[in-house]
Amino acid sequence: MNLASLWRAAAQHRLFWPVTALIALLALNVPFTPGFFEVHLKNGHLYGSLVSIVLFGSPLILVAIGMTLVIATGGIDLSVGAVVAISGALACLVVSKQADQDSVAGVLLAFALALAAALVCGAWNGLLVARLGIQPIIATLILMVAGRGIAQLITSGQIITVNSDSYSLIGGGYWLALPFALFVVAFVAALSAALTRRTALGLLIEAVGGNAEASRLVGIRARRIKVMAYVFCALCAGVAGLMISSNVSAADGNNAGLWIELDAILAVVIGGTSLSGGRFHLGGTVVGALIIQTLTTTIYTIGVPTQANLVFKAVVVIIVCLVQSPAFRAKAFRARAKRSGPVPRPPGTPADAAHMEVSS
Amino acid sequence: MIDRRAFLAAAAAATAGTLAGCAKKSPAKSDGSGSAGKPITLGFSQVGSESGWRAANTQSVKDSAKAAGINLKFSDAQQKQENQISAIRSYIAQKVDVISFSPVVVTGWDTVLKEAKAAGIPVILTDRSVETSDPSLYVTLVGSDFESEGERAAHLLEKVLAGHTGTVKIAQLEGTTGAAPAIERAKGFAKIMKASHPDWKIIASQSGDFTRAGGKQVMAAFLQAHPDIEVLFAHNDDMAIGAIQSIQAAGKAPGKDIKIISCDGVHDGFVAMSKGQINAIVECNPLLGPQLMDTVKTVHAGKGSTLPRWIKTQESDYTADQAAAALPSRKY
Repeated sequence: MNLASLWRAAAQHRLFWPVTALIALLALNVPFTPGFFEVHLKNGHLYGSLVSIVLFGSPLILVAIGMTLVIATGGIDLSVGAVVAISGALACLVVSKQADQDSVAGVLLAFALALAAALVCGAWNGLLVARLGIQPIIATLILMVAGRGIAQLITSGQIITVNSDSYSLIGGGYWLALPFALFVVAFVAALSAALTRRTALGLLIEAVGGNAEASRLVGIRARRIKVMAYVFCALCAGVAGLMISSNVSAADGNNAGLWIELDAILAVVIGGTSLSGGRFHLGGTVVGALIIQTLTTTIYTIGVPTQANLVFKAVVVIIVCLVQSPAFRAKAFRARAKRSGPVPRPPGTPADAAHMEVSS
Repeated sequence: MIDRRAFLAAAAAATAGTLAGCAKKSPAKSDGSGSAGKPITLGFSQVGSESGWRAANTQSVKDSAKAAGINLKFSDAQQKQENQISAIRSYIAQKVDVISFSPVVVTGWDTVLKEAKAAGIPVILTDRSVETSDPSLYVTLVGSDFESEGERAAHLLEKVLAGHTGTVKIAQLEGTTGAAPAIERAKGFAKIMKASHPDWKIIASQSGDFTRAGGKQVMAAFLQAHPDIEVLFAHNDDMAIGAIQSIQAAGKAPGKDIKIISCDGVHDGFVAMSKGQINAIVECNPLLGPQLMDTVKTVHAGKGSTLPRWIKTQESDYTADQAAAALPSRKY
């Protein structure tokens, strides 16, 4: 009895279905790769499939965290992939021009310049969306297309290779036997969680996303909040760009971060954040990004034929989304629901109701 | 408001003036250089600028046109067929002597090629081929034979494995799914494998999208699922370079514990080969400019019918012991 109520409480938790999907995907690998969950110490750092998933998934997690806040304000940012390319290209260009590529000062300068560029990109998006009132999907589409051109200008259409141990730390290196990228992601996730959930900022963002005009009328600086969200998102993308280029010690203006905006939006949605804005779940986003990365790794390890990759991905994503849909679950488990009385209230409904008041 | 409008109008007029100035200048220049006899005008439409390989290809075409005294009109299609078709139409309108282009995609060229034929302008394809209903629509193709590159990769692997007996477990990093080089290289490699090496087995094969990040990520997963991989065949150098990093992270020595064969022969690939991390590279030469210009001259002289339908690019194979010597001369 007690166990049953505990189970019901867990099933009501909004992270329940995303986490279940993640565990199911991970478990799917075991028959194909018996040692999938094993983690060994190799060359002084941890090595294993789980470590790879975290390492290669870090940039996506970062981009998705930024995207979550933008989506929470009722917007969307399609330009993150371009910002990833710009930041990586600029950083690698600066490092490759150094006489001593290993010098920490030079690498820090590269980081600073790349993040400054990302900041400018974010401010540009914010300006278009919040000040000029352009539809977010159009406003950020501009930078999505133009930004990749800028990145190619920076690299002159070539792949810039760097040979710097200091630079390769952030995206490919290890610290305390763990991928350094993990610490960066943990820091950014903790920082954004603290800022949005320990202060009123999260509530303000949700208010703006629910109804920008109403929030302005109650005294929230809605425009400023929106600009901040785009700037934060671009900064996350900038750090992700550093990681991606550092991971392979090269900047590829053409391919770095290609289509990462779509993966990030997917991660946000799988994590339970509504695309219409007004509520967000950072924890869900992190799990969503991990699901996508695990899915990619799974395709490689279980040997899905290349031509069938995208179909396989689509099927898994559809299943994950269906399982998360309260309406679908209500239909699929109708028999059970009937037995136990009225349809159980799906997770997230109370929050919805609260926000309906704001937006109506 | 009026001030601003006036300013904009003035600015627009100034820009137009500059552009007109440019436009006027360039024909004058080409007339001057062609005093020794009317130079051939070649209209060239490039795919885009998607990779270092392509950048080297573009540079080669431009340089060799200059060296051959051919007046080159160059346009970049930014990987869109519409752009390429409109570029070809504008070359027809300008009555250039010869048109050449690297087709973005394989099909859909019949209409515009017929227009060129009607205008009496010969067409030469470079790098990639097209499918047409009428083979007389283009004179010839100057480009690489990707299938033979796959075969050459298999033969290089024979050399690398010299003395090895028994089964060989091979992992393959494919290029972008559906791209001609990816399909053909895999086909060529598999052909030789089937014909003479029944004991070679491809135990894992996935697309790394021709990128370093893709190669690294796919190889990391391969090494988890198949720790017994002995050979890696990568469809381009960039994926091999990414894979090398994953092999190292797994505590293995690239080039020794896992033999690596790749295609293209870009500069960074040669750097990796000179370090012994890549065992052999099949060159896919983007520097086809000189061959193209020779072909253009032959076609312009009316001897197009003497040319073969496919002029294959001159390419070589390289093994690790040649890497250090060849490295300084790599242009791309």
